[in-house]
Amino acid sequence: MSVLVVVEREPGGVDELSLQALALARTLAQGASIEALAVTPPSDTVSQGVAATLGEHGVSTLHVAEHAVFGSYAPTAVAQAAVELAERLQPAAIVGAGTERGNEVLAHIAARLDLPLAANCIAAASGDPARVTRLRWGGSLLEEADVHGAPTLLTVAPHLVTAERAPAGEAAVEHFAPTLSEADQLVRVTDRAEDDTAGGVSLADAKVVVSSGRGAGSPEGFGIIEELADLLGGAVGCSRAVTMAGWRPHTDQVGQTGTKIAPDIYIACGISGATQHMAGCKGAKTILAVNTDPQAPILASADYAVIGDLHEVVPAISAELRKARQT
Amino acid sequence: MNVLVCVKRVPMTGGKIVLTADEQAIATQHLGFTISPHEECGVEEAVRIVEQHGGESVVLTLGPPEAEEQLRDAMALGMDRAIHLVIGDDEDWDAQATATAILDAIEAEHAAGVDFDLIFFGNESADSGGYQVGIRVAHALERPIATGLKGVAVEAGRVRCEQEVPGGRDVFDLPLPAVVTVKEGLNFPRYPSVPGRMRAQKKPIASSSPTAAPARLEKVRLVSPPGERKEAEILGHGPDAAPKVVELLQRIGVA
Repeated sequence: MSVLVVVEREPGGVDELSLQALALARTLAQGASIEALAVTPPSDTVSQGVAATLGEHGVSTLHVAEHAVFGSYAPTAVAQAAVELAERLQPAAIVGAGTERGNEVLAHIAARLDLPLAANCIAAASGDPARVTRLRWGGSLLEEADVHGAPTLLTVAPHLVTAERAPAGEAAVEHFAPTLSEADQLVRVTDRAEDDTAGGVSLADAKVVVSSGRGAGSPEGFGIIEELADLLGGAVGCSRAVTMAGWRPHTDQVGQTGTKIAPDIYIACGISGATQHMAGCKGAKTILAVNTDPQAPILASADYAVIGDLHEVVPAISAELRKARQT
Repeated sequence: MNVLVCVKRVPMTGGKIVLTADEQAIATQHLGFTISPHEECGVEEAVRIVEQHGGESVVLTLGPPEAEEQLRDAMALGMDRAIHLVIGDDEDWDAQATATAILDAIEAEHAAGVDFDLIFFGNESADSGGYQVGIRVAHALERPIATGLKGVAVEAGRVRCEQEVPGGRDVFDLPLPAVVTVKEGLNFPRYPSVPGRMRAQKKPIASSSPTAAPARLEKVRLVSPPGERKEAEILGHGPDAAPKVVELLQRIGVA
């Protein structure tokens, strides 16, 4: 029984998170074939590079669904193409990446097949029922669960499964034209509004993030945080308490319901370390906490800490940085 | 314009999540509860839409008797009435069972002459994070759905939906009736006023007790993520620690 993986492409290749999904799919397949689904408008082609990359990650056949609606993102159309392919392949499982879009498409597949969906899994074992380990609370908690019914539907949590190569030669490519109703094609991206806040460093991509919480004391209290972030070419972040107080825009919020960051260093000043916040900064390579309270929960997740008042410590760091640059 | 918002009661976790001895739930005896954050923005948006277009706003939850608190909170923000699908305190409803109960409630409203033009869900609940109840409901109703929205604008029988993506926003344009799932940041929810809270006490809640189908995504147990606890190296105390911090920044290569 094969495993079908819905892959997401990016310009010139396969999205890294789809490769991670393939790694988990292989543990489910236990040697059975891995089939991949990609979608494309007929005017476009899926490059040979994509088939080669997928082959290196264990895919035997790449099924390319061609339809005009795939010129832009159309979640129900992708789901219907997957359902049609699954009717043909009868896979033991259908797997997607735990991206916003992967979770959306798999939920549509689950609704169409009237089957359960386990979102954001980090481990999975086939069987009846299948057993999965999945994220709850944005990863602050894990759940072991049984998934009843076949095929098993799941998505793979980002950055928690390693995308390993499993060479199977270049994947064969088979094209098909899915039968899509008008309703299947109704929901699709029809326009793109470009970001008008361009110029600054985006929080999600910043190499350095300097943040503060209610400990900043006021909206003006973020002046010293902005100063240090500027000096380091980084972005400013904040806790949910700060956006709820209206001190900073929601786009600055780091956390489970805000932005997930992955900087080289995260400097968290006056941030206690609530689970809601920590779910957003797990991807940081290094965490430096500045906190008056040596017992603050964030110290259990931080690599380094300065015990002290951020209003004194942060300006001192900025001054020391300037001094170091002059010499 | 009739708007339905589906919300979930979730605990406000603090610095550390503690599990019950049987590993089936979070120990909540010392925790407060709230509406799951994304859905609170759904409530605010629904109130604004009805303020602007007229009609009725209804909040629905599937939850224990105590979830009445969240329904009153939503009505304090301006929702007109509530539907409470009451379940036991220790019952665990998976996404399929939840969607079925919500669909039954929507059908009952339809039978009573109320049809919803727009139905809001959170993109995912804070606790179980399944990403699917809204999609299941939309599919069963044969209505279009857009998910993960940070912009919702109703105009002339359509809803313009904006989804944040790297570098901008993707736009979906759906005909009504439709279903949307939204994210925190969609708007800035208002604080309930004292008169709002008093009015909420008098607004009607229709309660019923649905029967759960057996879970098909069946929780076996909850587990704390392993080995994340670190011993932070203390670089120093107060402003005197600044040189050590700069050394660290230089070592990492960001200074």
